Amino acid sequence: MLRRTVAVLLLPALFAAIPVSFQKKLSKAERIDHVLNRLTFGVTDADRAAIAHLGVEKWIDLQLHPERMPENPALLARLAQLDSLPMSSDQIAEKYPPANVIRQLVRSGRIDQVKDPVMRARLERYEERLKKNGKVESAPFLLTPEETKTLRQGTLEERKAFLAKQDPAMRDAILARLPGGRQDVMNGSDLGLRREMIAAQQPNQVVYHDLTDAKMMRAVQSTHQLEEILADFWFNHFNVFYDKGINRMLTSSYEREAIRPHVLGNFKDLLLATSQHPSMLFYLDNWTSMSEEAAERGRGKKKAQGLNENYARELLELHTMGVDKGYTQKDVTEVARCFTGWSITAPRVGGSFTFHQRMHDGGEKLVLGHRIPAGGGKEDGLKVIDILMEHPSTARFIATKLAQRFVADEPPPALVDRMAKSFTRTKGEIRPMLQAMFSSPEFWSEGAYKAKMKMPFEMVASALRATNAQVDSTVVLTQHLASLGQPLYKKVEPTGYYNSAEEWTNSAALLGRMNFAMALTSNKVPGVRVVIAPSEARAKGLALGGPEFQRH
Amino acid sequence: MQTMTRRNILSCFGLGMAPGWLARAVTGGKKTMVVVFLRGAMDGLSAVTPFGDKAYAGHRPTLRVADPIDLDGFFGLNPALRSWKPLWDSKQLAIVQATGSPDTTRSHFDAQDYMESGTPGRKGTRDGWLNRALTEEKAASPIRAVALGANLPRALRGPQAAVAVNSIASFKVRDDAQGDFMSMYANSKDTVLKSTSHETFEAVKLIDSINKQSYSPATGSAAYPGSRFGQSLLQIARLIKAGAGMEVAFTDITGWDTHINQAPQLNNLLGDLSAGLAAFHEDMGSRMQDIVVVTMSEFGRTARENGNRGTDHGRANCMFVLGGGVKGGQVHGQWPGLGPEQLYENRDLAITTDFRDVLGELTAKHLGNKNLAAVFPGYSPKFRGIL
Repeated sequence: MLRRTVAVLLLPALFAAIPVSFQKKLSKAERIDHVLNRLTFGVTDADRAAIAHLGVEKWIDLQLHPERMPENPALLARLAQLDSLPMSSDQIAEKYPPANVIRQLVRSGRIDQVKDPVMRARLERYEERLKKNGKVESAPFLLTPEETKTLRQGTLEERKAFLAKQDPAMRDAILARLPGGRQDVMNGSDLGLRREMIAAQQPNQVVYHDLTDAKMMRAVQSTHQLEEILADFWFNHFNVFYDKGINRMLTSSYEREAIRPHVLGNFKDLLLATSQHPSMLFYLDNWTSMSEEAAERGRGKKKAQGLNENYARELLELHTMGVDKGYTQKDVTEVARCFTGWSITAPRVGGSFTFHQRMHDGGEKLVLGHRIPAGGGKEDGLKVIDILMEHPSTARFIATKLAQRFVADEPPPALVDRMAKSFTRTKGEIRPMLQAMFSSPEFWSEGAYKAKMKMPFEMVASALRATNAQVDSTVVLTQHLASLGQPLYKKVEPTGYYNSAEEWTNSAALLGRMNFAMALTSNKVPGVRVVIAPSEARAKGLALGGPEFQRH
Repeated sequence: MQTMTRRNILSCFGLGMAPGWLARAVTGGKKTMVVVFLRGAMDGLSAVTPFGDKAYAGHRPTLRVADPIDLDGFFGLNPALRSWKPLWDSKQLAIVQATGSPDTTRSHFDAQDYMESGTPGRKGTRDGWLNRALTEEKAASPIRAVALGANLPRALRGPQAAVAVNSIASFKVRDDAQGDFMSMYANSKDTVLKSTSHETFEAVKLIDSINKQSYSPATGSAAYPGSRFGQSLLQIARLIKAGAGMEVAFTDITGWDTHINQAPQLNNLLGDLSAGLAAFHEDMGSRMQDIVVVTMSEFGRTARENGNRGTDHGRANCMFVLGGGVKGGQVHGQWPGLGPEQLYENRDLAITTDFRDVLGELTAKHLGNKNLAAVFPGYSPKFRGIL
């Protein structure tokens, strides 16, 4: 399942390409181009105007302090409609339950306790569909032939007018099995109706829709571009996988509470928040990890498993120190012992963090040469985080990863050193590290200029920004991203996506980029509209699918 | 069944314009190796169960395979692999037991990386073993090395041209923009994108010509599963039958990391694996003489099941080798035993056959690349008599 090492990123790129020079300075025009490319999801005319007005330094400073800039009201209005984004996992379990939760409700007979009749019918219908292997029946039996005809052949407006006349239960049942025009609703401008239809069909899909819609729209529309890049970067660094069980209820709060508040803050807060979020505890199995004694006591019980090292290993290897950077298998085991008992309450409905003393290994531990005395309880895990925060490998690894995102696949070691020192000096502050990077000669050098291959998400977002596209629906865009190799929130491995050119330079992905560019500029991406004169569409498509646009 | 003949493949390129690789592709070099990576670490002790080992049942109180298909009185196939029994009986399926990598990492990505680079313990290796297994050819087919999926796997990266193909039908530039893109990329100063795009467009032309041929599997019963794996094998079958010079193909199945509630997951995965390859075998018919399929997984799983009806990261695993030229119907390799003192660190099945011994033998004898020192630097594969 887990394919490649992060260490690969630290190696020379597979095809040593453009000779790099981190000493050669950029021209003024190149500087503006460069900073807009790297610190945004793609250059727009508005950005060019802003940076011309403010000057480069002031512009960067504002990006580093997004709270000083008002957010784009169009974006805020869009996000406000995505009602699952601010929900807790319990609320999602209730309003947008995934298949397993629905199945439990139905089988345990508790479906009768669901008060809302629309919801009850929805759940029963979904369970029925699961039994039939996902086959959706259309709804003609609910409707007269005339009505069916309206829904099949009518315009979106006619369909909406018809649906508006129905009572809620009927409306929901019809939307669940719409006999025609599903694509119109899915890709049309009526976000509310689209979400309603998705909810009527597969309730939990609404949550995935909202997450992906928000991510895409923020990248395209946010004035806080750097903050959004960092939200993507840190989520990817602390990756969780949406489709693993209860993460279908937890990923929203994970991004909202464990990642987004800290993207420009302190790395320790990211570590603490991710280590205690049920999404991570579930994804890397720590919630079941217990001391051998506890496992022995619970022998025969369903969850009596014993020590699970997965989280401990990834914490060292991927989140903090980097693979093989000064820890042993023994350290992994000791760290795992420290985190025993860090678990989840009420996991079936998403749950929240809790510490189970009875699962905890109370003995003494030795982590990276530090003695952690017996009896520390929940504090053991916190001590591990302190030890990791102070380890030089952590400073260096985080500095390297940031420099790989913002400077080059093989960042100059001297720059990484300075950033690592900043991390150490400030005890993990992220903003000063970024400031050090953005004011370094290496960042402003030819070695960094256009040295990065855009990841598919970056390519798609930058193409939308370059064409000033009107994005009514992100459903098909999200599908495009999956086929370009970057399904959002669905990277299975804890490595996250690799931010190096070689990862994204292959035939299928390259063809995919060309095809996306042509489809976008000729208005063949459902849900997205661009205004380009027909005579210019082809040239624009070739530009967006061409070699230069793949770099930033 | 439609087979692409020399004539119709030539006609796709127009008279007198046939690229140099074509003659070789159509006339010779028709051996193909298909590599299937089982990502996440398959539980080899459940796939090929050592029911004859006295310690086995004790290690697996709930996960013991109760009704294995007896192979030789000691090992049995998991019932989910039952469609392979005829292949075993006709001696086209071999099993190599207790294989693995000498590097003891229990990290999935490290272990997969080492297996794909072919250099356990060495992270500095830039290319993959399967790319190095291809010999230097002046006029090689642009689809000599194909990975099914959106990304080129580590095993196939390197100097020889290799392409990632999502599906044959979608592998093209739409809207007649191909010519323009070709010249843009060909004239680009970006050497990385330039070389990738060159490989890409050569492959596009060839695959487009294959896509224009209709295809139906050899027999009605050769029903490939609708799974990603089944459909990948179907694409591989089409490319093989096109006779367009594909030497290696790579595909994978994810999800083998069965820490919790292993049995039903493994049942599904093994079912997918066996149904896919059984269909492929039937579809290929007599072509299996020129084909070898090998499965690999980054490590095995703990001998003892854990408290949650699952297994954790272990050491040795088994590999399956399928093909007309395989010395099948036997379990190769030395069985190290499951007794407490026989286990590696009293925990895992010990490794007695380096995975490079298996891959090296297939590379040398099937692909005909004898320069194994270049394929597996720093290691001399020992042939185990699998071919």
